[in-house]
Amino acid sequence: MSTISRDEVARVAALARIDLRDDEVDRLAGELDVIVDSIARVREVATPDVPATSHPLPLTNVFREDVPQPALPVADVLAAAPDAQDGRFAVPQILGEE
Amino acid sequence: MTTTTHGTPALVAYDDAVRRYDPVIGIEVHVELGTRTKMFCPAEQSFGAEPNTQTTPVSLGLPGALPVVNGTAVEYAIRIGLALNCQIAESCRFARKNYFYPDVPKNFQTSQYDEPIAFEGWLDVELEDGTVHRVEIERAHMEEDAGKNTHVGGSAGRIHGAEYSLVDYNRAGVPLVEIVTKPITGAGERAPEVARAYVQALRDIFRVLDVSEARMERGNVRADVNLSLRATPESPLGTRTETKNVNSFRSVERAVRYEVSRQAAILDAGETVIQETRHFHEEDGSTSPGRVKSDAEDYRYFPEPDLVPVAPSREWVEEIRATLPELPQARRRRLHDEWGFADAEMRDVVNAGALDLIEATVAAGATPAAARKWWMGELARRAKQDEVELADLAITPAQIGELQRLVDSGRINDKIARQVLDGVLAGEGDPEAVVVARGLEVVSDDGPLLEAIDAALAAQPDIVEKVRGGNQGPVGAIIGSVMKATRGQADAKRVRELVLERIG
Amino acid sequence: MTDLTRLSAAELAETLARKEASSVEATRAHLDRIAAVDGDVHAFLHVSEDDALATAADVDARRAAGEELHPLAGVPIAVKDVVVTKGLPSTAGSKILEGWIPPYDATLVEKIRAAGLPILGKTNMDEFAMGSSTEHSAFGNTHNPWDLDRIPGGSGGGSAAAVAAFEAPLAIGTDTGGSIRQPGAVTGTVGVKPTYGGVSRYGLIAMASSLDQAGPVTRTVLDSALLHELIGGHDPRDSTSIAEPLPPLVEAARQGALGDLSGLKVGVVTQLQGEGYQPGVLARFHESLELLTKAGAEVVEVSCPSFDYALAAYYLIMPAEASSNLAKFDGMRFGLRVEPTDGPVTAERVMAATRGAGFGDEVKRRVVLGTYALSAGYYDAYYGSAQKVRTLIQRDFDAAFAQADVLVSPTAPTTAFKLGEKLDDPLAMYLNDVATIPANLAGVPGISVPNGVAASSDGGADLPTGFQILAPAKADDRLYRVGAALESALESTWGAPLLSRAPELG
Repeated sequence: MSTISRDEVARVAALARIDLRDDEVDRLAGELDVIVDSIARVREVATPDVPATSHPLPLTNVFREDVPQPALPVADVLAAAPDAQDGRFAVPQILGEE
Repeated sequence: MTTTTHGTPALVAYDDAVRRYDPVIGIEVHVELGTRTKMFCPAEQSFGAEPNTQTTPVSLGLPGALPVVNGTAVEYAIRIGLALNCQIAESCRFARKNYFYPDVPKNFQTSQYDEPIAFEGWLDVELEDGTVHRVEIERAHMEEDAGKNTHVGGSAGRIHGAEYSLVDYNRAGVPLVEIVTKPITGAGERAPEVARAYVQALRDIFRVLDVSEARMERGNVRADVNLSLRATPESPLGTRTETKNVNSFRSVERAVRYEVSRQAAILDAGETVIQETRHFHEEDGSTSPGRVKSDAEDYRYFPEPDLVPVAPSREWVEEIRATLPELPQARRRRLHDEWGFADAEMRDVVNAGALDLIEATVAAGATPAAARKWWMGELARRAKQDEVELADLAITPAQIGELQRLVDSGRINDKIARQVLDGVLAGEGDPEAVVVARGLEVVSDDGPLLEAIDAALAAQPDIVEKVRGGNQGPVGAIIGSVMKATRGQADAKRVRELVLERIG
Repeated sequence: MTDLTRLSAAELAETLARKEASSVEATRAHLDRIAAVDGDVHAFLHVSEDDALATAADVDARRAAGEELHPLAGVPIAVKDVVVTKGLPSTAGSKILEGWIPPYDATLVEKIRAAGLPILGKTNMDEFAMGSSTEHSAFGNTHNPWDLDRIPGGSGGGSAAAVAAFEAPLAIGTDTGGSIRQPGAVTGTVGVKPTYGGVSRYGLIAMASSLDQAGPVTRTVLDSALLHELIGGHDPRDSTSIAEPLPPLVEAARQGALGDLSGLKVGVVTQLQGEGYQPGVLARFHESLELLTKAGAEVVEVSCPSFDYALAAYYLIMPAEASSNLAKFDGMRFGLRVEPTDGPVTAERVMAATRGAGFGDEVKRRVVLGTYALSAGYYDAYYGSAQKVRTLIQRDFDAAFAQADVLVSPTAPTTAFKLGEKLDDPLAMYLNDVATIPANLAGVPGISVPNGVAASSDGGADLPTGFQILAPAKADDRLYRVGAALESALESTWGAPLLSRAPELG
């Protein structure tokens, strides 16, 4: 059924925030086409009467007490940051911020 | 008609707009819960901490970290749901709302999507003139807050000399409950008032429920205001805009007014309103279009696999219901009955923010009428004069209660009571102490009083004659001079008795 | 003196307990072995020599002081690089995390440290555990100790190869679709995927949250039981963690080794044999079944028709969850940050450039696939349908376990293939997991026990095969009972452990 176009791959890659080179887009379009064709068969047995399962085990109501635990030291928090300033993470300009 | 700096061509005058269009509002309110820890991790949350000092691997979205639901946050969400007359889900789940943004550490927000914890409720909202408007609640769901970005200007930029932002994740993961109304119809020209009163009513409820400090100025409560216009109440709903982060009661009202005027102008011109998010501008009360995000609508929600369903037992829900405090509206109705105020008096009390003060003053022993008289009279005058809220005056309900007791017992009169008030407000201590320190006690020993009366009678023999002749009219002049002589400390009623007795 | 690297973990633990060797000696021996052979095998991405020796010395001192120690105290261990280790690099095999030093330990690492097991280092893996050959590591291939030109399986090829090459007696793996069991099968080692929720996921760099599970990688069934008991149990930091205590696993392994399986019903899954399985693999499978029968077990055939859809469902659920789990790798807070080569430097564009440069092909493939499956208009057809298949698979398991105490199959359809052989054919690569995936979808536990060697399909030397045993959720003890019984029956047939037949390295 599926024919995943280059445009579709490009759209989804943008949604997933991954820059792809043109050759990657070409290759992925072909590969995904085959893969999606193959996995689309789940629909053969996924009839409306079958409920969906998202958890392997039926657990409910797992709660934590509202009691504070020590925070990570700021130095540890920022040690791995690509860039930091004044105790905060420095990130490139965010579009739409005022 | 005016133009704004935000590119909207023209506005229709509000009164004109609502004569010809029917506004429909929808409000989404986010409230930050006042739990000790975050929604999904045990990092402490409090206002004003140093940046990034309230984080764990979970709230930083570090690889490997996993969320665990804060049970108290669930309880608070149920409390809110019950207070808004909602049904509480037998089972509900969290979902992931996927979008990339630097203040969202995992690049998805854990939120409830198609399975909110509370749904199908309502809230009766009272306007200033006592009109009640019922707002239908669609849902209340749990989610987590994002971090905070601070934009840094280009000149100091370090990333290739460009502009950049600094991110603090202390707020990331703070528990939120989002309350979404159904379209609010039938408000007509009063739509802005209804919107404001609704948000205000929610704020009051959050405080009474003790689920949040609900301080608007700290962003504990944030509102997104949806508005659309239609030709008549019978017409289908029009295209709506969503004005984000409207963060004061007054702004809620202004945002609705502005959008009514703006959309009316667009419709008048035969154009169509664009469905979009808009920013509110505090300075001039206008709104402007937000950034158009190409993928903003494709959040790829799916059930959060790291969390299990929340299935509050009916016993738990009933237990929470049983411990709900009296809600603001019920309390107002009860106090109204108990105090016996006229409708208008009660409204004034509520609008002046004097309800708690009067209730506490009554608890301190004053009659409701006396308590009202103080707070809505002399104290309201002084608050207005000093431009402060009633509650911020340097006097407590207990002190007013004491003051009233002094009057009732006859130790001071009303006029002296004002001087006592001055003393209390000036920080001279409790009323009793002020009376003593300032020597304001009503003279109760008749001796000195009789001397003053005799002196007054001797000074005005003509009046004595008139009174003896059966004309009691001029007796006031005698009383006046006695009061003057005693610097107002005498009890006027007693003076009158003694004067008449003396004249015989 | 005995070569300490040739002992099983249980034997080494006893040697240490009897003070016939010190933990420092044992740790040194393994570090030496790593130095000698890892140039060829490349099982490790990072060797934490100082850290390991310090832990060993501490254990030795505590033992000398007469302190009561964990049974595995002083026995060195290797940890898959997908597990977060405080102070040790944790890359998950990805360039995007190169150099990242986590500020915290995974729960299972805390347990390992608390029990005094020296951590030798971090093992190689397919990037973010996405693969069945370890060829998708950003840091080079791991080589199968049985034939260095072949894959060690994946994604946990590093852990399996380290154990198979006697570089470590114990290792930690993670299994999302077979990443512990399949490498176990192709390297002749034991690998266990516990019941979902049996071992805390806190601190595992997630691929697919509803499928991931950490477990032991060892050379013997008993060693796996010992390690499983150490790392398993309830963790309040993992909402999906099972609250009940683990069943007695070591006891089950010891009991199973006695060889009596009377009364046990073994179900052979119709759908997990036949087409696509290498003849030698099937031959070994049937021989193993005969051994189980000899031990007193009754073998029955059970049908699980929905298993035919398991691979398809898996390749929707796993990429969908992964696409979201991997969103956090964006160059803002940790790890790699890459700026776009031209145009404005905005957060949005830096994220895309970082992910474009930092992720390898297979990760991009799965993230794009998962994003596609979740995106507007496709959710119901793909992700929603896959979740329904999951229900059907659970029902098949329920029905099968009503007829049999354990289910069995070959672990992997083939023996180890050559490096590079399937790299350009993702679908062929995915087929390696056809027999292991159903357990992940249903959350049930599984073990792979080495059950012989078979001629490779391309005419190379004989290579190991694996026998998979599956048990109902929370009945992990059955894996150990049956696995130990099979192991002991096989070893008495062979006269020595299978790995003694592996070529000498170095």
